[in-house]
Amino acid sequence: MKARVHITLKTGVLDPQGKAISNALDQLGFGGVNSVRQGKYLELDIDETDPQKVRASVDDMCAQLLANTVIENYSIELDG
Amino acid sequence: MKSAVVVFPGSNCDRDAATALTRATGHAPVMVWHGDTEFPKVDLIVLPGGFSYGDYLRAGAMAAHSPVMRTVIERAKKGVFVLGICNGFQVLTETGLLPGALMPNAGLKFVCRSVTLKVENTDTPFTGGYARDQVIRVPVAHHDGNYFTDADTHKKLVEEGRIAFRYFANGFEGQDGNPNGSLDNIAGVFNSAGNVLGMMPHPERVAEAAHGGTDGAALFAHLAHSLS
Repeated sequence: MKARVHITLKTGVLDPQGKAISNALDQLGFGGVNSVRQGKYLELDIDETDPQKVRASVDDMCAQLLANTVIENYSIELDG
Repeated sequence: MKSAVVVFPGSNCDRDAATALTRATGHAPVMVWHGDTEFPKVDLIVLPGGFSYGDYLRAGAMAAHSPVMRTVIERAKKGVFVLGICNGFQVLTETGLLPGALMPNAGLKFVCRSVTLKVENTDTPFTGGYARDQVIRVPVAHHDGNYFTDADTHKKLVEEGRIAFRYFANGFEGQDGNPNGSLDNIAGVFNSAGNVLGMMPHPERVAEAAHGGTDGAALFAHLAHSLS
């Protein structure tokens, strides 16, 4: 089963990279972009097929390694 | 004082740390490879600067889970002194031994230069060699030194005297001040028990006259004095 993990900075945590991207978009003439927040996206291919077990396992992975929960939130989507 | 320096793949200040420790203690530290879980009993463990595991995922994230860190965490919890410099500081926050996180510099650039620090708490074996509010010059060389923690933790750090060093943002002209946007100009913090210190600046790079400065020597000398 495939798991997709989105990791984003928590609200209130400054994101200088997102700000730089936002400024660049503005300079390219893309108006109306209020803000950009940069994050990470990971795809995991997992042997287990029981969605509940996969979700629990990926949740554990996020908490232990994939995300730093001091500054980041994460969300998990499963395929199928 | 017996000491050990942990060497991760990508560490690049391990030998500098070893040289500073040798000068301070009169004998060489044990160098411990990241895959080892057993190493001799020591009074101080140093996690050196560098780019362990290429800073993959997040600076320090991989190293925090390497085999040697299980032993380091276990010993730190028993009171063994641990000093994390630069990447070592990042590793310590990733393990949870120190609060907060080190984010990319606010200026988005690698910063490599000397900064001015104020020693905020001198009542520890790490910093007892300095005078209170002493201002010292120590180099930084990092891309991810932007210390962040939530408001409650920050309040606790201030109240408990757990801020070891602050970038001295006032009183100097030019390029001095906060190099990375860190919260409250924090350059180094202690754990609650006071036996773990993480700092972004490199005291081992100003540990002898040939380095062009000696302001870091007192840190190693006082550790050697206190832990012997």
